[in-house]
Amino acid sequence: MNQVTLTINGIRITAPEGEKLLWAALDNGIYIPNLCGLKENTEPLAACRLCFVEIQGRNKPVTACTETVTERMVVDTKGEQCLRLAKSGFELLMASHALDCGHCLKNRNCELQRIAHHLRVSLKPRILRKILRDLPVDDSHPAFIYDPNKCVLCGRCIWVCRNHVKSGVFGFAHRGFQRRVTTFGDEPMGRSDCDGCLECVRVCPTGALVERGAVPRLGRTEPVY
Amino acid sequence: MRQGVPEGSLSTTFASLQKNALARWQQERSSAKPVITVGTATCGRAAGALDVVQAFQDELERHGIDCPVIEVGCMGHCYAEPLVVISKPFRPPICYSRVNPVIAQRLVREYILGDDPCLEFVLGALEPNDLIPSFQDFPRAAYEQKLLLKNCGHINPLDIDHYIANGGYTALVKALQSPPAHIISEIKKSGLRGRGGAGFSTGEKWEVCNGAQGRPKYVICNGDEGDPGAFMDRSILESDPHSVLEGMVIAAYAVGARYGYLYIRAEYPLAVEHTRIALAQARKYNLLGKHILGSDFSFDVTLFEGSGAFVCGEETALISSLEGKSGMPRHRPPYPAVSGLNGKPTVINNVKTLASVPHIINRGADWFAGIGTETSKGTAVFALAGKIVSTGLIEVPMGTTLRQVIFDVGSGIPNNKNFKAVQIGGPSGGCLPESSLDLPVDFNSLTGAGAMMGSGGMVVLDEDDCMVEIARYFLEFTQRESCGKCTFCRLGTRQMLSILDDITKGKGKLKNLETLERLAEDVKAGSLCGLGKTAPNPILTTLRYFRNEYIAHIVEKRCPSLMCRDLLTYYILPDKCERSCDACVGSCAVEAITPNKQRIKVIDQDKCTKCDMCRVACPVQYNAVVKLSPPQKVPVASK
Ligand SMILES: Cc1cc2nc3c(=O)[nH]c(=O)nc-3n(C[C@H](O)[C@H](O)[C@H](O)COP(=O)(O)O)c2cc1C
Ligand code: FES
Repeated sequence: MNQVTLTINGIRITAPEGEKLLWAALDNGIYIPNLCGLKENTEPLAACRLCFVEIQGRNKPVTACTETVTERMVVDTKGEQCLRLAKSGFELLMASHALDCGHCLKNRNCELQRIAHHLRVSLKPRILRKILRDLPVDDSHPAFIYDPNKCVLCGRCIWVCRNHVKSGVFGFAHRGFQRRVTTFGDEPMGRSDCDGCLECVRVCPTGALVERGAVPRLGRTEPVY
Repeated sequence: MRQGVPEGSLSTTFASLQKNALARWQQERSSAKPVITVGTATCGRAAGALDVVQAFQDELERHGIDCPVIEVGCMGHCYAEPLVVISKPFRPPICYSRVNPVIAQRLVREYILGDDPCLEFVLGALEPNDLIPSFQDFPRAAYEQKLLLKNCGHINPLDIDHYIANGGYTALVKALQSPPAHIISEIKKSGLRGRGGAGFSTGEKWEVCNGAQGRPKYVICNGDEGDPGAFMDRSILESDPHSVLEGMVIAAYAVGARYGYLYIRAEYPLAVEHTRIALAQARKYNLLGKHILGSDFSFDVTLFEGSGAFVCGEETALISSLEGKSGMPRHRPPYPAVSGLNGKPTVINNVKTLASVPHIINRGADWFAGIGTETSKGTAVFALAGKIVSTGLIEVPMGTTLRQVIFDVGSGIPNNKNFKAVQIGGPSGGCLPESSLDLPVDFNSLTGAGAMMGSGGMVVLDEDDCMVEIARYFLEFTQRESCGKCTFCRLGTRQMLSILDDITKGKGKLKNLETLERLAEDVKAGSLCGLGKTAPNPILTTLRYFRNEYIAHIVEKRCPSLMCRDLLTYYILPDKCERSCDACVGSCAVEAITPNKQRIKVIDQDKCTKCDMCRVACPVQYNAVVKLSPPQKVPVASK
């Protein structure tokens, strides 16, 4: 496959033609915050709005997961504008996230913690108010536990379930602030025809889907900033 | 070439349709009989137009008069519905307003049977004459230019012959005789920009679709019209559906589309019904379907009733809902013109955009480009609503100023109140103040001022409207209508709403304004689709032009417009209260009002629910009940 050469943060990298910028950067060790991207999904959802970068010649930041790399593209992942959007989007997510790292099975293995660290921001919203949905935790399934209050609606679980497992255990339901991942007819996970392959748990970036009986990782719960 | 048919045969086929239509029209309209037309679009029906039709028919029958009663669409004067036009030989056609069944009976007896035009019910004559003031003498006539609304209220929308007799489908015949590339270049040259909100060049959109790979191609007409208070598209679909269809067929021919979809929200039953009938009639005349008018070009249109969510008006969400999926927007590019319905090239245009097309083909690109401003050509259709005398539909050339639209065409603000702001562009438009009134109405100048053209809703606000509450109201709408897919729109609108809620309740803090402004900018820049990108507009513009109102709410706990309930008290002015009157006492549902020893009425503030009933009940000659803000302004009552 043809390769294209581009520059990110002053570093020259090559990536296969047609590749999306997000994956080109990540594969070359350059981190860009992201939650909803899945490399295999060729139709990016572009829903989390954290992967903003600045590209020379564009007047506004763009999402890296939707942008195809081009020859001689010049990208800045640390520009003031794109970082402002990423931080703002992240704070919005955290303001509606049931934060409880100390008891969370994803502690220290959580994409949200990684993003907070990368952006040098706190996990607790600083200016925004906490607005939680207080939905019931679903622990009806023998293999995993689903806590919708920790879900960031990235849709990765839905995508792998449909495309890898060829099953459609869950999907999105409701609109606006009430949007959530749920099973058909809002049935408990344990009553759906899920056979517990745990593909969804594997791709979940947060503590919303965790394997039952997993051992929590101990240690520092929050980056100190 | 697609138009593989000799020109002659195409126009001969059409000529016979046209001849037949003209004959029918003339027989109906220019015979020696009087003719009554009644506007029975949704606005007319809401005011009782169907009863008026019945009353005319009954009364005419009782007197044995042979006079057709024809139902037509909306004439635009929605403030004066039901509207009736009576044409008698040797008289100008006269338009009557606010007609009810009793007036209908009188009109039959006194004007049709007798010869008294009943001046007290007249709104105006349709033609200049020396008997009755005509519409042309109205101040608004100087500004109005009816293009898209020309047929509305004039023809029977259920009769394709009416449309054809008034020049309908001639543009299609003309188009079918020239190569598609020529049509695209005409539309480009005309400067037509999409009327659905974004104002994208229609010609360029068609050109991209024409050049795109993939078959079959599609044309979609966007009739979702989810803005509360807007009804332009509904009116056109109800009153002149063929104009939209003709535009669709021309678009399809220009881009090489085989199938079309007309997406109308299910809450518009009359528009759906009229369009369905129009489709069937057009098919019968072979203006739709296989080998249109004997040419090699085939195109058919399916009607689709949308679920009516606001976000389904966004083009990618609309397409996804047509595909049977949930109506969620997706990232663009690819734009629908390249990859739309079923992944095929798709032109999607607004109702008004498509209805403009036949006029451009008929009268030429240069003619169209001669109307309007440098950057925005043609006319703008607005639905005037709110605190304005002449609510209804208007059409003015682009470039008319807001002041002319509101004060000359719309006749200004009722009840001697002062103008405060005009909200343009639907729930995600902006609120512009008095100082912006001399802005010309066009895509660029409105966007520059922080508002937008939107699809043409215009809500006028007066001194009694609180701008913080207005911003909160619109945000509540967009927040509720957000599909929830992307972070900024789903959570950002929720956060902003909670801040605005606090401010209207007097719980806001000054530093909230900074957060609000920053969030508004981020939601605008960060959202996935146009809903989120525009939802902050009401906040940003009210913060820009009416910041002092926010500050009054926060610092003084005062609502300057006396609208925010939590910041109000009701108070009965002792020197105005009439001892012998008890109107307010009876009106109060919670028994909060009692007379004191002097029989002056006093409100118990602990019981009062601020329902406003006492203020309404207090007779105008006393006007003793007032609203005060901040609440502690109320003088301590003497018992
Ligand atoms: C939230 C949202 C709602 C919209 N609603 C409508 C609508 O009701 N009618 C419409 O024609 N366009 C609507 N649009 C614009 C469409 O996405 C699209 O731009 C338009 O149909 C294109 O047609 P035009 O080029 O003729 O304007 C909406 C856009 C957004 C973001
Ligand atoms: S990864 Fe790009 S928007 Fe989520």
